[in-house]
Amino acid sequence: MKLTLRVWRQQNADAPGAMVTYEVDGVSKDMSFLEMLDTLNEDLILRGEEPVAFDHDCREGICGACSLVINGDAHGPERTTTCQLHMRSFTDGDTIDVEPWRAAAFPVVKDLVVDRSAFDRIIQAGGYITAPTGSAPEAHATAVPKADADHAFEHAECIGCGACVAACPNGSAMLFTSAKVNHLNVLPQGAPERETRVLDMVATMDDEGFGGCTLTGECATACPKGIPLPSIAAMNREWLRAVRKGPRRP
Amino acid sequence: MPINISRIMSWTFRDLRPYLRGMALATRTGRRPSITRTLWDSSVGKKTVMAVSGLIMLAYLVVHMLGNLKVFFGPEELNAYGHWLRHMGEPFLHSHWGLWAARIVLIVSVVAHAVSAYQLSRRDLKARPVAYAHKRRRAGYATRTMRWGGIIVGLFIVWHILDLTTLTVNERAWEGHPYQNLLATFSTWYGNTIYIVAMAAVALHVRHGFWSAAQTLGAGNARRDKTLKFLAHALALVLFAGFVSVPVGVMTGVVS
Amino acid sequence: MSTSTNTTTSKSTATSTSTTTPTMSAYTDFSTGEPLADTKAPAGPVAERWDRRRFEAKLVNPANRRKHTVIVVGTGLAGGAAGATLAEQGYHVVQFCYSDSPRRAHSIAAQGGINAAKNYRNDGDSIHRLFYDTVKGGDFRARESNVHRLAQISVEIIDQCVAQGVPFAREYGGLLDTRSFGGVQVSRTFYARGQTGQQLLLGAYQALSRQIAAGNVEMHARTEMLDLIVVDGRARGIVARDLVTGAISAYFADAVVLASGGYGNVFYLSTNAMNSNATAVWRAHRRGAYFGNPCFTQIHPTCIPRTGDHQSKLTLMSESLRNDGRIWVPKAKGDTRPPAEIPEDERDYYLERIYPSFGNLVPRDIASRAAKNVCDEGRGVGPGGQGVYLDFADAIRRMGKEKVAEKYGNLFDMYERITAENPYEVPMRIYPAVHYTMGGLWVDYDLQTTVPGLFAIGEANFSDHGANRLGASALMQGLADGYFVLPSTINDYLARNPHATPVDDTHPEAVSVLRETRERVERLLAVDGDRTPDSFHREIGELMWEYCGMARTEAGLRKALARIPEIREEFWRRIKVPGTGAELNQSLEKANRIVDYLELAELMCLDALHRAESCGGHFREESQTPDGEAARQDEAFSYVAAWEFTGTGTAPVLHKEDLVFEYVHPTQRSYA
Repeated sequence: MKLTLRVWRQQNADAPGAMVTYEVDGVSKDMSFLEMLDTLNEDLILRGEEPVAFDHDCREGICGACSLVINGDAHGPERTTTCQLHMRSFTDGDTIDVEPWRAAAFPVVKDLVVDRSAFDRIIQAGGYITAPTGSAPEAHATAVPKADADHAFEHAECIGCGACVAACPNGSAMLFTSAKVNHLNVLPQGAPERETRVLDMVATMDDEGFGGCTLTGECATACPKGIPLPSIAAMNREWLRAVRKGPRRP
Repeated sequence: MPINISRIMSWTFRDLRPYLRGMALATRTGRRPSITRTLWDSSVGKKTVMAVSGLIMLAYLVVHMLGNLKVFFGPEELNAYGHWLRHMGEPFLHSHWGLWAARIVLIVSVVAHAVSAYQLSRRDLKARPVAYAHKRRRAGYATRTMRWGGIIVGLFIVWHILDLTTLTVNERAWEGHPYQNLLATFSTWYGNTIYIVAMAAVALHVRHGFWSAAQTLGAGNARRDKTLKFLAHALALVLFAGFVSVPVGVMTGVVS
Repeated sequence: MSTSTNTTTSKSTATSTSTTTPTMSAYTDFSTGEPLADTKAPAGPVAERWDRRRFEAKLVNPANRRKHTVIVVGTGLAGGAAGATLAEQGYHVVQFCYSDSPRRAHSIAAQGGINAAKNYRNDGDSIHRLFYDTVKGGDFRARESNVHRLAQISVEIIDQCVAQGVPFAREYGGLLDTRSFGGVQVSRTFYARGQTGQQLLLGAYQALSRQIAAGNVEMHARTEMLDLIVVDGRARGIVARDLVTGAISAYFADAVVLASGGYGNVFYLSTNAMNSNATAVWRAHRRGAYFGNPCFTQIHPTCIPRTGDHQSKLTLMSESLRNDGRIWVPKAKGDTRPPAEIPEDERDYYLERIYPSFGNLVPRDIASRAAKNVCDEGRGVGPGGQGVYLDFADAIRRMGKEKVAEKYGNLFDMYERITAENPYEVPMRIYPAVHYTMGGLWVDYDLQTTVPGLFAIGEANFSDHGANRLGASALMQGLADGYFVLPSTINDYLARNPHATPVDDTHPEAVSVLRETRERVERLLAVDGDRTPDSFHREIGELMWEYCGMARTEAGLRKALARIPEIREEFWRRIKVPGTGAELNQSLEKANRIVDYLELAELMCLDALHRAESCGGHFREESQTPDGEAARQDEAFSYVAAWEFTGTGTAPVLHKEDLVFEYVHPTQRSYA
C-alpha cells in the first residue's frame, strides 16, 4: 500500500505547528498503525530529519499511552486504541490525517504527544479508596453483590487514554471522571468517601480547564473500552446527592 | 402591560456579576460552601440549573400549547381564557398577581437558563481552542443546534412578547383580544415564517434538551434510555404539532 | 554431560570461532569470586522466618521518617505499591517513571490473575502448598526463605487489594471467585476478567495518587533514570533525564529502590511494552550491584505470531486457551494448504503425542520448545513458518460456540482484531515469545542489592521465581515486594544508617556521574552515522532470540558472544540520532537504552554459557534426558549465579550463592 500522511508537526509546546505531508510506501495491511509510523520514522531518521514523536507503550490496547486522532476520529476508524488499529482498515492511495488530542487541558508537548497529567490530578483529588497498606480486613468480610462488582469492573476498565476528551467538542472529561466515580462509589469499600470523592473530582475537573458535558455522546463512541454514556448520568446523580447531603468532612 | 425586557436583563446580569467573578475563587477547602454556591460554581451544577429551568419552561410550553388549541373553538373561548389568565387566583389574589407570579418564575428560568448556557458555552469553547484540521460530521443534529437553536428561540421570545403580550409590533394590537391579535399575526407571511421556524427550533431544542436534562439530573440509565429518548421525541413532536396547528389553521382558513 | 569450568571455558573460547576478538576471549574468561550468602534471612523453621526478620529489624521512629527520603524508580505493581506504602509510613518519597503517568506501567498488561493461598475453595490449598508449587515450578533454583514469605504474604495482598476497591471477579453470593491456572491442581488464582494486572495496577496507582495529593510523594513522570550515584559505598541518589526538556539532573536520597521491571526487551520482540528497558538495573549493576541469573528468561507459548519485519512487539494471549484448544501442525513439511483442507490423519497434535498425560497443558517452557522444534523441522504454519495452530474446532463441537465465546470471547476478539482471522472458523496461529525475566539484580532477604542502600523489587530483582515462573505469580511477587516486604525491610537499613551525610550536586561522586551521563548522551548525538537505533535493537534482539532464546547450545552462545562486541563497536560508529538532547527526543531515549542492552546481552549469553545444565526456562541442548526433556544438574548448578561487573567487555566475576533445600527436595520434573 502507498499512503499519503498529513501529520501534525510541532517542535515543542510553545512553537507553532503545522500539518506536514509525507508519502509512505510499502505499507503492509498487517501492520498496526503505529508500526506504519515506525517505518515512516525509520525513513525520516535516515534522511536526517527528526522522526514524528508520539506516545505509545504496551501496544496491546491496555496502557492508554497511544493517542492519535486519525482522520478526525480519536484512535481512528475502528473502536479500539491506535496501537490496535491495523492498516487493513485503510486502502491503497488513502490520504490520512494524523493529529494530536486537542483540548486546552491537554497541551501539545511535541508533534503528536500531549500532556495528560490533568487526568492524574483528577484521580489525586479523590479517585481512590483510603486503605493504607496493612489496614485491610479479610477480603471476604464484606460480600459485594455480583451486579455491583460487575458495574464497578465495567467502569474500572477505563485506560485513561483521553480519547473521550479528544472526541468531545467541548473537551470535556466527564466520561473519564464518571468512570472512576462509578467504579468506586458503587462498592461498599468506597462508601465512606462517596460524597467527597465525587465533589472533589468534579471540582478538579473544572479547575483543569475541561469543558462541560452537552451529552453529544462523542466520548462514549470514541471510548476504546466501551465506558457507556449513562455513566455520566450516574455521576451527576452522585454529585447531586453529595451536594444535597453535604460532604462528610472532618 | 408592557415589560421592559432589556431592563430586567441588565438588572439580572448586574446582580450576578459578583457570582461570576467569584467562581474561580471558590476552593474546596475550608468552610463548606452553600448548596447554591456549590451548584453555581460547578459545571455539573450549572447544567443542573439549566436542566431544572429547562424543565420548568418545558412544562410551561405544554400548558401554553394546550391553551393555544382553544383558538379552534372560536374567539369567545380564547379571549375568555386570556381573561381568566389575567384574573387567575381571584378573589384571593389581586388581578394579574397570579399571572405575574407565573411570569416571574418564567423570567427567572429564562435568565438562569440563558446565563448558564452562556457561561457553559464559554467554558466549552475555551476547553477546545484548536480545531481538528480534518473536519468530519460530529454528533447529532439536535445536539449541534442547541446553542443556535437556543438563541433563535430566545430572539423569538422577545418578538413573541412584543407581538402578542405588549402588542408593540402587532398590526391589530387590540388589548384584551388575543384571538384577533393572533389572527393578525398569522395573516402576515413573516409572522408565519418566524413562528414556524421558531417552533421547529423549539422542537429540536426540546428533543435533545429533555433527554439531556434527564441525564443531568441523574435520571438516565441504560435501561431507561429508550423510554427517555421516546419521551423526548414525543414531547418535541406534540409541541411542534400543537403550536404549528394554529398558524396552519389560520392559513387554511380553519381559523378566521 | 560435563559442566564447563572456568578454565575449559576460556580455553575453548580461544579456539572456537574465527571471529573471536581479544575483548571477547577476555570476556568469557571470567573468574569466580567469593561465594555470596544471604545473611538477612533468619535461621529456624521456614514458616517463622519472616516474623522473626520483622521482629529483629530495627525500626525508624515515626517522627523521624519524614526526614528520610527514599527514591523509587518505576510505578508498576512493585514500585507503585512501595511508593504508596512508604509514603503512608511517613517517609518522603521521590518517585520516577518514564511514562506520562504512573498508571501506564507495564504491569497493566498482565491478563490472567494473581495467586493467593486463601483456600477459599477448601480444595486443599495452603501457604505451604503454594510455597511448594513455586519452588518446584521454579525448577529448584529459588531461595526457600523468599518463596515461603511470598506464599505467606499472598493472602494479605488479596485483602489489601479488595479494600482498595479492585473489582475482582465475584460469584453470585458476592464472594470472590477463583480459578485454577497454569496447570496447578488448586483454584487459587484471583482474577478480574482478562485484566487482572490492570486492575491491580490501578489500585496501586490510586493509593500512590492519594499520597501524591497529600504531598508525601514527589512524582516525576516522563523522567528516566540513567545512572546511580553511590557515595562511600552507599546508594545515595540517581541521575535522571527529564524526557520533555532533556535536562539531566541528580536526585538524592537516603535509599534508592529500583522497581523498573524486567529486561525482556533485550530480545527486541517480546511481550514487554515498547519502552520497558534495562537501563536502571544495568546502570546499577555497573555501579556495583550484582546481577543474578541473567539467563533465566521465560518464553510464553501462546503469543500471536509475527507477520513480518515491521513487527514491533508481540501480543500474548492468556494460556488458559490451552485448556480447550488443541495444538497441531501438518505432518508434512512445507504443507501450505489452508488448515481446513488438511485432513485429520495428516495433522500432528504433537503435544498430545509426545506428552500423552498432560497433552496441551504441559508447562510453558515445554510447550514453547516443542513449538520451536516443529517449526525448525519446517512444519510451522503462517508467514515465515513461525507458528503452530491452536484449534478450537473440537471445543466448539463439544461445548457449543456460545460456551466457547463465554469462556474465551475477549481473547478471540483480540486475536481477530490483530490478525483479521476469525478463530471460531479458522484455527488460531500461535508462537512463543519472550515474556518475563526471572533474572535480575541479586538481592538478599531484605531485597537489598550488593550496594548498601540500593533495593530492587518486583521483576527487577532475581529473587522468587527461580528458573521458571508459574502463571499468576508475577503480580503476586510485585505486590508482595511493594506493599509488604520492602516497607518492612527498608526500615532496618534506614534505622542502622541514621543521618547519613548530606550529599548534593557538588559532591564529587554526583559531579562525575552527571558528567558521565551527559557525555554519553552527547556522544550518542555526535556519532551521526547511518543506522537507526531500531536497526541495532532488532539486530541484537534477533541474535539473542537465535542463540539465547528457547534452546541454547555452547556453540551458539559462543557465536553470540563473539558477535555482540562487534555490534557494540559498530553501534558507536554508525548510530544516528537526530535532534538534540535538550528536547523530547524518542530516538535518543531508544539509543541510550540500546547501549545497555548491548552489554546486558553479553552477560546473559555468558550466564547461559556457564550454566551448562538445563533448568526451567533455560534449556541447554547438551543437557537433556534421552526423551528430550530438560536435565537439571543439581550437583554442579544448585546455586544462584550473581555476576559482578568489571568493565564493558571485560570478564565479570561470578559469585555463587548456594541454594539449600530443606523443605522441598529437588526432583526431576516429568510431564510425559
